[in-house]
Amino acid sequence: MTDLTELTLAAARDALAKKKLSAVELAKAQIAAVEQGRALNCFIVETPDLALTMAAEADKRLAAGAARPLEGIPLGIKDLYCTDGVQTTAASHILEGFVPTYESTVSANLWRDGAVMLGKLNLDEFAMGSSNETSYFGPVVSPWQRPGSNVKIVPGGSSGGSAAAVAARLCYGATATDTGGSIRQPAAFTGTVGIKPTYGRCSRWGIVAFASSLDQAGPIARDVRDAAILLRSMAGYDPKDSTSVNRPVPDYEASIGTSIKGKTIGIPKEYRLDGMPAEIAKLWDDGVAWLKAAGAKIVEISLPHTRYALPAYYIVAPAEASSNLARYDGVRYGLRVPGKDIIELYENTRAAGFGKEVRRRIMIGTYVLSAGYYDAYYVRAQKIRTLIKRDFETAFADGVDAILTPATPSAAFGQGEKGSGDPVEMYLNDVFTVTVNMAGLPGIAVPAGLSSEGLPLALQLIGRAFDEETLFSVASAIEQAAPKIALPPKWWA
Amino acid sequence: MAVDQATVRRIAHLARIKLAEAEVPHLADELNSILAFVEELSSVDVTGVEAMTSVMPMQLYERQDVVNDGHIADKIVANAPASEDHFFVVPKVVE
Repeated sequence: MTDLTELTLAAARDALAKKKLSAVELAKAQIAAVEQGRALNCFIVETPDLALTMAAEADKRLAAGAARPLEGIPLGIKDLYCTDGVQTTAASHILEGFVPTYESTVSANLWRDGAVMLGKLNLDEFAMGSSNETSYFGPVVSPWQRPGSNVKIVPGGSSGGSAAAVAARLCYGATATDTGGSIRQPAAFTGTVGIKPTYGRCSRWGIVAFASSLDQAGPIARDVRDAAILLRSMAGYDPKDSTSVNRPVPDYEASIGTSIKGKTIGIPKEYRLDGMPAEIAKLWDDGVAWLKAAGAKIVEISLPHTRYALPAYYIVAPAEASSNLARYDGVRYGLRVPGKDIIELYENTRAAGFGKEVRRRIMIGTYVLSAGYYDAYYVRAQKIRTLIKRDFETAFADGVDAILTPATPSAAFGQGEKGSGDPVEMYLNDVFTVTVNMAGLPGIAVPAGLSSEGLPLALQLIGRAFDEETLFSVASAIEQAAPKIALPPKWWA
Repeated sequence: MAVDQATVRRIAHLARIKLAEAEVPHLADELNSILAFVEELSSVDVTGVEAMTSVMPMQLYERQDVVNDGHIADKIVANAPASEDHFFVVPKVVE
């Protein structure tokens, strides 16, 4: 085999099972790729020694015929997941040097299934951002470039390290999290596949909390099958997260390639925004044509409260964040900046420890929860959330199996091109993804073509609660039909 | 509901974030820009709509009332910037 890093996760798994290669060989190839990929700034911490130890153990299991579902597969872990004995920062100065003494449930599930850890992946600070430019450890650079240009392109965010590392073949898959689009938008920007499962499908225990009622863990992978394989291992009930749901985890991989004949796909008219770029509208039309050709029935649907989802999100998410981030106070872990009394210690620590975007969101959250504004902002936003969810429920009750939309309003942009003047400009990236979090539904981003600038574009599918199987089935139909997009030569290596 | 500079200072104090005076005007502008963006919500008719409390229809279950963890004081203070005898150390709070 020429370049092991070119394999998909499924192909690597099958080659290991057939003893065509060893887990240690695989780990060494990925460790080398990670080292060569440092210009992309995907990793905050690399764990090559740990990877080799885990790979050696995997080889023993493989030799004994006792391979587990992900035996010997090297993965990256978003640095929002606490990892026992390995620094976990949420890409924030305030957590720099924090070494958890416990393991998040989702990453523990991956190790239980035999996966190998390559390191901790960069992200927007506390997962707040859509371009990975808010990381204290510097921005992640996408492996994609506009042809003929060396402008650094953002990988999206917040799971930008996860998306860029998978796209650049630094790992076979990565964990990510999605609060308003943080799995699907970076997947869309980098030509990878990302699924945010139903709220409650994966445990949130041990993942640094941003907005607890919206946060969900999920994978970013090279293709739809790999995403299905990873989600099966990540998902499952956890008594330590009271919002995790106790229902069996299906074999998602079995959904890949199943017929979508007779499935009803809804096209929400409210997503056709004024001023939608022609190439996004065309991509969407292409998606409709592909699914129709595969035997699906296409119907127009209405989700009337769509336009309110993003503003309501920018009340609910900062409100919950301001509460969740109250714990970073310089007392129990992380950064401490002294002060003359304990209040000043808190204030100094939090001023020095949090970056601009995080401070801004804590301030907004504090404001909307403060006396006199709680009903006008927070309660109203939660009522609107009920209306958004009801829109989806009506569509599904009318027989829609999945909903097709663009994943993002544009292709990836260059570093520094957006949001420096007005933070709201950056927030608009999540206009198609955020509704899904507000309603707790599963959503998947699948690559579907290239922009006029030569950068990846993706479609999004939204499913019924706990019906990730239909998403994998329909997403694999899109994957089959869509033109194959190829990464530029490894300019970073 | 525009945010003035006094409100910015009050909110920063509630959030326990020290602000440099020079940051206040700029932050007021940014917060007002975000609040203008969410202003659209006031036009939605929400009469009779229940505020969402749980996105999935689920009932919180009760845990067994048993001790299932403990004796990990070393681990709990392992990351503390200052600790003594398994206590977190902070500046004097009570005179």
